[in-house]
Amino acid sequence: MIAVVDYRAGNLTSVCKALRALGCEPLVTADPDALRTAEKIILPGVGHFAATERLFQSGLAAAIQQRVAEGALFLGICVGLQWIFSGSTEAPTVPGLNVFPEQCERFPDSVKCPHVGWNSLDVIRPSRLLRGLAPATHVYFTHSYRAPTIHATVAVTNYAGEFSSVVEDKNWMAVQFHPEKSGAAGLKILQNFLELPAC
Amino acid sequence: MLTRRIIACLDVTAGRVVKGVQFVGLRDAGDPAELAERHVQGGADEIVFLDITATHEGRDTLLNAVQRTAERIFVPLTVGGGIRALEDAARVFDAGADKISLNSAAITQPKLIEEIGARFGAQAVVVAIDARRALPNQTERVASELAEVYINGGRKATGKRVLDWAREAEQRGGGEILLTSMDADGTRNGFDCELTAAVSQAVQIPVIASGGAGTVNHFVDVFTRGHADAALAASIFHYGMMDARALKEQLAARGLSMRLPC
Repeated sequence: MIAVVDYRAGNLTSVCKALRALGCEPLVTADPDALRTAEKIILPGVGHFAATERLFQSGLAAAIQQRVAEGALFLGICVGLQWIFSGSTEAPTVPGLNVFPEQCERFPDSVKCPHVGWNSLDVIRPSRLLRGLAPATHVYFTHSYRAPTIHATVAVTNYAGEFSSVVEDKNWMAVQFHPEKSGAAGLKILQNFLELPAC
Repeated sequence: MLTRRIIACLDVTAGRVVKGVQFVGLRDAGDPAELAERHVQGGADEIVFLDITATHEGRDTLLNAVQRTAERIFVPLTVGGGIRALEDAARVFDAGADKISLNSAAITQPKLIEEIGARFGAQAVVVAIDARRALPNQTERVASELAEVYINGGRKATGKRVLDWAREAEQRGGGEILLTSMDADGTRNGFDCELTAAVSQAVQIPVIASGGAGTVNHFVDVFTRGHADAALAASIFHYGMMDARALKEQLAARGLSMRLPC
């Protein structure tokens, strides 16, 4: 079972429609108990980092952490990527899940912000999510904060310097762009995630 | 590198796509969902639906079209026209839109920008500005500074200057500006590059230029002289003069960064 976590922030419709187009009927849930049988967990996110506070308050954060430790695969999208870092300067008092200890920061004033549009992926390490994609594939971004390049970074994107556009570390995977809005390339990335062997 | 976006716009009324010349004289061009899919297959980077009548009955027809479209296309879909309250926006998002665009309602209730942004994220709120130059024979710089914001489908002058309103829209948390030149709209004589450049330099958020697209050179101009982050067009795509892919290939050959292959 594939669970899409609903933490009452942003818009889940697009992610669900893309999954359905790939033949997957996700369970959309705000219930931590419902995650206990999930083989894969998708955390979409558009909007403000502060909205992730609800993940801790509701018990969803603990449920996600436990289930991924048991072997479930996690895919974070956009704010869902930023959330598995230690936090973001967008909401300094709201902690992230701290899978990665680094912090997300706003783009510098030298560029337009938010970073909106199609930008390319520079794959720097073998990636499960990006398997079968052409080099320098374009995907759709819309965000004002970015994660630094770390040991788990498998692809970077350049906008006022490089940032992590895809991270993968064992069962934790996340993308800064919106695969559900990135045309055929984005659907391929979601399909790659769906096809990964579950625990 | 971040590419410049080519956006196909579908003006919708009573569930059908139409394209007007300078906001009047509408011609029928087809089913929104079908045309949106054709534009995406043709290489468009984004789709915008503008509900230009936004009557009560037309509303449900539009939501149905948004729903059918969102099941078939997987690029960003923006819907504008007739959004006057948070609930209107919520219905459009539920139907599958990724962004909404606010025009008249942003002027009459500017707090709506903040409210929708707080619920759905700032990136989901596009502030659409219909702009008209005050007098035709001013110098370019003065014309841009004095250009005025119009609402209600271009029928009502607001007395607000375009540059001031663009800055305010940004401060209130708008994610992008969709700037339509009413003088250029439907003429196919080129974008208003001076006004686009003035707005693009006045704000830090992306600016989508609209109105006047007719040739490849017009797009080159608006991306270079006009400093536009994206350009929107309708008629050149609808009537089969050119598809977005052919346009983008020619723009890439002129040194502009484009999403290709697409």
